Amino acid sequence: MDNLILEMKRITKTFPGVKALNEVNLRVKKGEIHALVGENGAGKSTLMNVLSGIYPYGTYSGEIIFEGNECAFKEIKDSERAGIAIIHQELALIPYLSIAENIFLGNEQSKKHFISWTQTHIKAAQLLEKVGLHENTYTCIKDIGVGKQQLVEIAKALAKDVKLLILDEPTAALNEDDSDNLLKLLLELKRDGITCILISHKLSEVSRVADHITILRDGMTIETLEKGNAAICEDRIIKGMVGRELVDRFPKHTSQLGEIAFEVKNWTVYHPDIENKLVVDHINLKVHKGEIVGISGLMGSGRTELAMSLFGKAYGRSISGTMLKDGKEITLQTIRQAIDHGLAYVTEDRKSAGLVLTQDIKSNISLANLPALRDRLLIDANKEVCIAEEYRQKLGVKCPSILQKTGNLSGGNQQKVVLSKWIFTAPDVLILDEPTRGIDVGAKYEIYEIIHKLADDGKCIIMISSELPEILGVCDRIYVMNQGKIVGELSQNEASQESIMKCIMQSDRR
Amino acid sequence: MKTPSGISKSALPHISVQNIFKNNFRQYGMLIALVVIMLFFQIATKGILLVPMNMANLILQNAYVLILSIGMTLCIVSSGNIDLSVGSVCAFIGAVMGTLVVNMKMPLILAAIICLFIGLLIGVWQGFWIAYIRIPAFIVTLSGMLLFRGLTITMLQGLTLSPFPNQFTLISSGFIPDLFAGLGLRFNLTCILIGGIISIIYIYIELRSRGAKQKYHFESLPLPLFIFKIVLIAVVINLFFFWLSLYMGIPIILAIIGILVLIYSVFTTQTVSGRYIYAMGGNEKAAKLSGVNTNKTLFLIYINMAFLATLAGIAFTSRLNAASPQAGLNFELDAIAACYIGGASAYGGVGTVIGAIIGALVMGVLNNGMSILGVGSDMQMSIKGLVLLTAVAFDVLSKSKSKL
Repeated sequence: MDNLILEMKRITKTFPGVKALNEVNLRVKKGEIHALVGENGAGKSTLMNVLSGIYPYGTYSGEIIFEGNECAFKEIKDSERAGIAIIHQELALIPYLSIAENIFLGNEQSKKHFISWTQTHIKAAQLLEKVGLHENTYTCIKDIGVGKQQLVEIAKALAKDVKLLILDEPTAALNEDDSDNLLKLLLELKRDGITCILISHKLSEVSRVADHITILRDGMTIETLEKGNAAICEDRIIKGMVGRELVDRFPKHTSQLGEIAFEVKNWTVYHPDIENKLVVDHINLKVHKGEIVGISGLMGSGRTELAMSLFGKAYGRSISGTMLKDGKEITLQTIRQAIDHGLAYVTEDRKSAGLVLTQDIKSNISLANLPALRDRLLIDANKEVCIAEEYRQKLGVKCPSILQKTGNLSGGNQQKVVLSKWIFTAPDVLILDEPTRGIDVGAKYEIYEIIHKLADDGKCIIMISSELPEILGVCDRIYVMNQGKIVGELSQNEASQESIMKCIMQSDRR
Repeated sequence: MKTPSGISKSALPHISVQNIFKNNFRQYGMLIALVVIMLFFQIATKGILLVPMNMANLILQNAYVLILSIGMTLCIVSSGNIDLSVGSVCAFIGAVMGTLVVNMKMPLILAAIICLFIGLLIGVWQGFWIAYIRIPAFIVTLSGMLLFRGLTITMLQGLTLSPFPNQFTLISSGFIPDLFAGLGLRFNLTCILIGGIISIIYIYIELRSRGAKQKYHFESLPLPLFIFKIVLIAVVINLFFFWLSLYMGIPIILAIIGILVLIYSVFTTQTVSGRYIYAMGGNEKAAKLSGVNTNKTLFLIYINMAFLATLAGIAFTSRLNAASPQAGLNFELDAIAACYIGGASAYGGVGTVIGAIIGALVMGVLNNGMSILGVGSDMQMSIKGLVLLTAVAFDVLSKSKSKL
């Protein structure tokens, strides 16, 4: 392949305990749309962060050759100067500034040290024309929808004379029409000679617009598919994405199912801020005693929102539906009530919502069930130490002492502390949201064993995970969620990575 | 519950003098600083600082900061927020007290009850906006600062009301009467006896807690060190009360503050609600998802703050023996500074009542010592400013060094 605009050679990037990228190669031709696909955590975003200088030169190994020159980007400004622009999943626009101000943020149109607002707005209008956005340049960013914001981001990149545009999941938050517009725009930009790297989960889009598709898996390049005359078949991409051996990554376990102990009917939740936006749409699910039920789905499919709304209405508005525990209907108005009724929710983000990082292990473990440690008015500090130590041993938290601050623990140990906290509340139903995110393989195995142990004790486990192999390796039954709905229910035998992906794809098409 | 024998050695860090200092560095650090500052002024003032009369004065002068800093600690710990209105609330309560007692000749007890009720209402007002409408506490209490100062001036029509009945001034200048005054001793025997009783209670609590720890097979302080510690503290307690007894005994306000400190220390460290405050300050989201009603907690904290501001207002008015429109100026800043000097974190989640008390005493001793030395109030203010910065800088630097 000649005429390459970008070549990334043998890129390796390690985080403490995790090898996020392992000798990844990526070759992008001038003027093409190059798609980068892979599961969550496959290393796509990391690779792009390396390219754009967010992870500065020196923190990774390997070579980046852009337009024939080797690059050593120290910060994002360096890559921008070279003509690379990255548009992240979470948009980097300032909500209370106007469209024009946002487009030229950091790139102000100035004359002799003063900003020329006329110039700014004239140029902004031209750019908006180019990306097909019909909005006044004075409009505040917060007043336009996500789809339009995405276009503003692209206009912002174009303002910097971009040569290589990277879009990270640009359509994840967009509806059908907006997605369509965006893809058309990408094709137009391609005609103007702008190269584009597109990261996407939506394989239908990828096979539609991409010239080449590079598949990443577990931080390694698997293959690059070329679009010939025919479009690349989605099944072919899925196979590349998930074709991985599952040997010994999950402990063996057979669940002993009891009667149905937790059931949800017609559960519906609206977005807390956006009027009339359904987030969870008439969901029915049931869990037997001792069963591990998985909820699979892509990011933004409403899994966390479902879990949190079940947990004492910790999320959402106008929640309706019924919840049955041991056959009896229960209504939970507050999180305290949920805990008292034997529910536990392990959050997906343990640092920002699971732990009090400034406090020690002991205080974190006891937090959700402090009243149990009360002896008349006061907390029995000695009993607290005993409890904390008991769970430290049971779950194998590695630490010098239980007075260690949780902020200084590794991800796996932090997660064990969070689990300890919830097991100490003696729950009957445990909802685990991404319980192994950001944890190394060894600790993951230990967490799976803990989950199995809990199921053996007759608890109902609901496990949300974006990692398909994990869902398949751990769960007895799997619900597939997409766009707030349950779009499939698969038994352990029926479930495979392909069948789960298919459920999602089919519902997308509908 | 599991049998205590299951506790391994690694449950708690090994107890050694070194570890004790390392773990409580900040608190002991400030305590040591306080002792050093006291020694410095003791020498510089040629022994005047610790004369029994001056010691009593020191407590009487600083009573209001001590009371306010207790409540301010809770505000800072729970959310990293402060309450700017407390100075104005003190003044307003003074004005109400003055109007009721001086102008309307109402009995003191009834007036005090009305004041406490008004204080609670002020807390409900501010707490509602902060906890339920979620307007930043800084803004709500800034508004309160202006509002209650304005109401004070309106109520007093810009004038100072005085004098109050004699009994009222006893709150801030009275002493617990000596039951043995008839014996004609040169010292206050009641005061010495109270000191003795307190030290006996202290020793009993220490022994009981040691016994409980041993029941669980926890490692506890080696016996010689333990004995050294309780003897030292018991001696300090007795010396302190002996010293007070040489003047007029225990100031009434000291007894009130002592009880408040005890209640709030136990509350913050050993009750469920107290622990929730720390969890919430450390990570509100995590606390919420662990079942803490964070709104209600915040609401109650600001009610409590207003309640303590009312107490401080009554105490200060009694000391001034007047209700003045200018009373309570900058009290909020003194209380906030005391908390930060005492080790509270501006981000919330960290800080203790005892720390704030030590912080308040550091400032009180600085004020008093410098006054005796004849340092002007302008210089005093500058020096206090630098002390605040030094204390916090010391904290930040020592933390960033010990990271990981």
